[in-house]
Amino acid sequence: MIDLAFMSEAWGKLLAGVPLTLQLALLATALGGALAVALAAMRVSGIAALDAAARFYVFAFRGSPLLVQIFLIYYGLGQFRAVRLSFLWPFLREPYWCAVLALTLNTAAYASEIIRGGLLSVPRGEIEAARACGMSRSLAFRRIILPLALRQALPAYGNELILMVKATSLASIITLMEITGIAAKLVSDTYRVIEVFVAAGALYLAINFALTRIVMAVEYWLTPHLRPVPVIALDTGDAG
Amino acid sequence: MNQVGFLELMGFGPQGWGPSMLFGALMTLAVAGSGFLLGAAIGTLGAWAKIAGGRVARSLADLYTTVLRGIPDLLVIYLFYFGGGMVLSSIAHLFGEGGFISLPGFAAGALAIGVVSGAHHTEVFRGAFRAVSRGEIEAARAVGMSRMLCFRRIIAPLVLRYALPGLGNVWQLVLKESALVSVTGVVELVREAQIGAGSTRQPFDFFISAAALYLCITTLSGWMMRRAERHFSRGMARA
Repeated sequence: MIDLAFMSEAWGKLLAGVPLTLQLALLATALGGALAVALAAMRVSGIAALDAAARFYVFAFRGSPLLVQIFLIYYGLGQFRAVRLSFLWPFLREPYWCAVLALTLNTAAYASEIIRGGLLSVPRGEIEAARACGMSRSLAFRRIILPLALRQALPAYGNELILMVKATSLASIITLMEITGIAAKLVSDTYRVIEVFVAAGALYLAINFALTRIVMAVEYWLTPHLRPVPVIALDTGDAG
Repeated sequence: MNQVGFLELMGFGPQGWGPSMLFGALMTLAVAGSGFLLGAAIGTLGAWAKIAGGRVARSLADLYTTVLRGIPDLLVIYLFYFGGGMVLSSIAHLFGEGGFISLPGFAAGALAIGVVSGAHHTEVFRGAFRAVSRGEIEAARAVGMSRMLCFRRIIAPLVLRYALPGLGNVWQLVLKESALVSVTGVVELVREAQIGAGSTRQPFDFFISAAALYLCITTLSGWMMRRAERHFSRGMARA
């Protein structure tokens, strides 16, 4: 029933969508990560207005589906004349940039909570030590608090990265030909549903497996203090 | 194109889309609810396989949760929508019916959501089972309860209590996932907003209303979940 020759052909065609999928996921995670740091900093800043603004942002973007956010940006913004006339229109007209923008704003909301968790886990003593050395608040944040928080947040961030790769599939709904887009087109051309979607699913699994491995490697690299101490063979040395 | 004001557009007057949008929201709840219940059933089986199953059952359950959490939900929905039609048609073919029979969008969507959320349910139930202390189960067996009775009276209620926060998270995920079911043509909230946007050329008004309705639903269900958690952990010491 399942045609292996066709499946390998489909596999070849689907591979062409991998660069776009990865590009969307990585671009959105990078931009969203920067926004997330800013949001998390607002949450812990202790300034009520900033805190409330970040809180509302996270509430709005975590409480509504990504698909609605994509539609709101791709179809919705064009409703306003001011947007259509602005310098941003060449970008907002493109499904690619709309997808990047929606994914970025969405992941920033989730990631800011992850980073906030990391920020709160930084031990008081480390912050006090940094301040006692004479670091200003911003220097201590940049050199001590943020690096420790990011390291702490890394495993959860890895999960978010995988969620992002999965979320890029929604870009196919606004005509982008990434893996899911190509799969849907292949299905409507050939009517071979199972083969195409199994191949596409395997491709996503492979990407996500590779990403988990990379995140694990980075985590290992960043936590030398948690590794078992290597046993160094003592040089007994023959004195003579 | 004369633009209608937002309040009139989303109101309940002759030009208002309010009733349709609210009906869409009900449809969203129906799709999400049936998917969630199906997922809970699958999750119970999955957790059982992971906790008490033999080697085969355990690795099947592991494979299921790994695969379903590693591929996009949209792909699963497409698979059920198109694939379900294919399977139905070939079954009909056996009975001499020609032509293509498609699986109704609602069924395909609820099935897909059930299968995807089943993977999350499995992990939630498994984690909750591990929180049940062994002593409680041993005590139940010691007073002579059969395995079934012990499951029904002791394990299931305790697991549900520990699983409640996790189930709340899964429900929120399922609610947002149900937006994807709009690709099958089920007229839920997103599809209704698309229809409205198409016929009035005011997409922003429709999608922002859809987003607001989703926010209402998620906030309300979050509040109910917190109340339920408080209610069912009355007998526990608060940390």
